[in-house]
Amino acid sequence: MKFACLVTTLATFALMIYGALDMPVWGDPDSPANSHVSPRYIEKVMEETAVPNMVTAVLADYRGFDTLGETTVVFCAGMSVLLILRKSKKEKRA
Amino acid sequence: MITRQDSIIIGTITRLLIPFIQLFALYIIMHGHSSPGGGFQGGVIMGASFILLGITYGMDMVKKIFTIRLLTIFTSLGVLIYGGIGLLCLLLGKNFLNYGVLPISAPRSMGMFGIEIGVGITVMAVMVSLFYDLVEFE
Repeated sequence: MKFACLVTTLATFALMIYGALDMPVWGDPDSPANSHVSPRYIEKVMEETAVPNMVTAVLADYRGFDTLGETTVVFCAGMSVLLILRKSKKEKRA
Repeated sequence: MITRQDSIIIGTITRLLIPFIQLFALYIIMHGHSSPGGGFQGGVIMGASFILLGITYGMDMVKKIFTIRLLTIFTSLGVLIYGGIGLLCLLLGKNFLNYGVLPISAPRSMGMFGIEIGVGITVMAVMVSLFYDLVEFE
């Protein structure tokens, strides 16, 4: 059983490395991520939001819905640990 | 269970440093607009100041200051602030989280500021809550 798991893990790892070899060079200005929507954010951030920090502007204004999901995930993680590990007073005395 | 340390040096240094750590955390949250920082980073530093108090002076003292009831209120308060600002923008006419319709000057900047405060409160409360739960698990 453990040998089958090891083989599956190594096979998935090899497939991911093979897929990552095809991606654009790090910092390439012509890659699709850097030429489609990023120049628009960089040019328009001062006149639309009046906030000098571009990272915070993208995180909280242009992609604010994703940050809401992120905050909800942090909240759910805290609640899950609370539900599993917190003992009520009756269990502490027993 | 973490109990009180008997060293004068550790107690004195902690008491001197904790207000400055909290002030620095508030500075990082407020200056998310012009310097690196924002809500997540400031919230973590603020939670770390309470954890430092708990390590130095024992869990009993921290639980008297930052009670468990207050902690659960703060965890949900941050998400409520964030969703509340989005819902307010919805009620004023336009899309969810469209800050342009808020009736204050520089609405997009102030909307971002409000949601960063909400994020900071939630992250601080979750850090302290995780510390409380993991310390008691023996």
